[in-house]
Amino acid sequence: MNMNATLILQSIAMMVFVWFCMKFLWPPLLKAMDERRAKIADGLAASDRAEKALAEANQEVEQQIKEARDKAGEIVEQANQRHGQILDQAKDDAVDERQRQVAAGEAEITQSANQAREELRATVASLAVLGARQILEREVDEKTHRELLDKLIAEI
Amino acid sequence: MSSGSEAPTSGEYIQHHLQNLTFGQHPDGTWGIAHGAQEAAAMGFWSFHVDTLAWSLFLGLAFFMMFRSVAKKANSGVPSRFQAAIEFIVEFVDTSVKESFHGTSRLIAPLALTLFVWIFFMNLMDLLPVDWLPWVATSAGISYQKIVPTTDVNATLGMAIAVFVLIIIYSIRYKGVSGFLGELVFNPLNPKELGMPKVVWPLVMAFNFILEIVSLLAKPVSLGLRLFGNMYAGELIFILIALIFAAGSGFVGAGLSSIFGEHIPAWFWIAATVAVFATLWLNLKGKLDNKKTLWLLLAELLLVGGLAFLGGQLMHFGWAVFHIIIITLQAFIFMMLTIVYLSMATEHH
Repeated sequence: MNMNATLILQSIAMMVFVWFCMKFLWPPLLKAMDERRAKIADGLAASDRAEKALAEANQEVEQQIKEARDKAGEIVEQANQRHGQILDQAKDDAVDERQRQVAAGEAEITQSANQAREELRATVASLAVLGARQILEREVDEKTHRELLDKLIAEI
Repeated sequence: MSSGSEAPTSGEYIQHHLQNLTFGQHPDGTWGIAHGAQEAAAMGFWSFHVDTLAWSLFLGLAFFMMFRSVAKKANSGVPSRFQAAIEFIVEFVDTSVKESFHGTSRLIAPLALTLFVWIFFMNLMDLLPVDWLPWVATSAGISYQKIVPTTDVNATLGMAIAVFVLIIIYSIRYKGVSGFLGELVFNPLNPKELGMPKVVWPLVMAFNFILEIVSLLAKPVSLGLRLFGNMYAGELIFILIALIFAAGSGFVGAGLSSIFGEHIPAWFWIAATVAVFATLWLNLKGKLDNKKTLWLLLAELLLVGGLAFLGGQLMHFGWAVFHIIIITLQAFIFMMLTIVYLSMATEHH
C-alpha cells in the first residue's frame, strides 16, 4: 500500500468521466425517459377516456336495441292483425264465391230442366198428335178437332 | 506463476499478485518501470501505477461507450432490452439522488451514476480468475499486473479526494466562505449560545475546529478506505483460494506429476480449460442434460487437479457468488455516501 501520484491522476480521471456523464449521457437519457413517461401518462388518460366513451356507446346501443325491439313487437302485432283481417276477408270472399257458384249452378239446372220440359212437352204433343192422327186418320179432322187438341196439348 | 523457471513460493505468489505495475523515477535519475516492490517503493510519491490507471480508464470508457450508445439513440418509443436495462440503472440512481439529496444540482445525479457504474465495473474485474490477465501480461513481457483498480488504495482515495473537493466547493457555494468556516468553529459547542465569557471563546473555537476538521477529513478517508478495504480483502481471498489450486496440483495431483514430471505443461491446463468450457457449451446447446454435465464436470476437474483442485474450484465459486454482493454493495455505498455528504454540505446545521 504505497501512496503515489496515481491518486491525483485517478481524481482527474474521475472528474473527466463525471463531466462526460453530465454532458453526454445524463441529459439525453433523462429526456427520453421523461418523454416516455409523459407519453405513457397520455396513453393511460386516453384509454380512460375511451373506456368512458365505450360505456356511453354501450348504453346508447342498449337503448337503441330496446327501441328496435319495441318497434319490432309493434310491427309483428300489426302484421298479426293484418293477417287475421286478410284471413277473414278471404274466408268471406270464399263463402260469397261459393254461394254465387251454387246459385249459378242452381239457375243453370232450373233452366236446363225447364228447357228439357219444354222440349219434352213439344215432343209429346207432336207425338200425341202423330199418334192420334194415325189412330184417327180418317175420322178426325184436324180442323174440327183443333180445339180439343189444343186443350190436350195444354194439359200435357 | 510469473517469472523464471522455478515455481514461486506461496509468499512470493501473493506478493506478486499484490504488486502494481509502477512507473516512476529510479533513484539513479532514469524513468522506467519498477522491478519489484523495493524499487517501486524507492520511487517515492511521484510515480504512477500504470495498471490501475489503464484499467480504470478502460473501464470508465467502457461505461461511457455503453451508456453513450443508448443515449445517442434514446427516444420515447418502445425501448430495446438493452436500453431498458440502462434506463433501469439511470432511474435507480436518479431515485436514490432524489431521496437523499435535498437541493438542486445538475452535477449530483451524473456524478452518482458515474461513481456507481464505474466503481461497479472496476470491482467486477475481481471476478475474473486472479491468474488470467496477469498470466497474459507476463506472456506479453509485463511482469506485474493488478487488474482490479479498486484494490489499489490510490484509486479509491483518489476518487474520495475528488468527492472531498466537491464537498468543499458545495459547502462554500451554499454557505459562503464565512458560513463554511463558521460551521467549523461554532459547532458542536456554540460559545455565543452557551453564553460563555469572551475570554474562553478562542479555546472553545479551537476545540470545535479540531473536532470538526477530524469529522470533515474522516469523510473522504472512510469513503476511500472502505471501498479499498473491502476489495483488497476480497482480492486476497481469491488469491488464497488460487494458492490452494497450486497446492492441489502438487499435493494430491501427484498422479499428473508422475506423468509430466515436475512441471505440468501449459497445454495441459489449456486442454483442461477447453474441455470444461466445451462441456458447459454442449449443455447450453441442449446436447447434454444437466445430470450428465455435472458428472462430466466433476470428472474433468478431478482429472485435472485432484480433490484439492476441485475444492478450490468450489471455494472460488462460493466466494465469487458472495463477492458479487460485495462489489455491488460497495459501489452502491460509495455512491450513496457521496450523495449524502454533498447533501450535508448544502444544508445548514
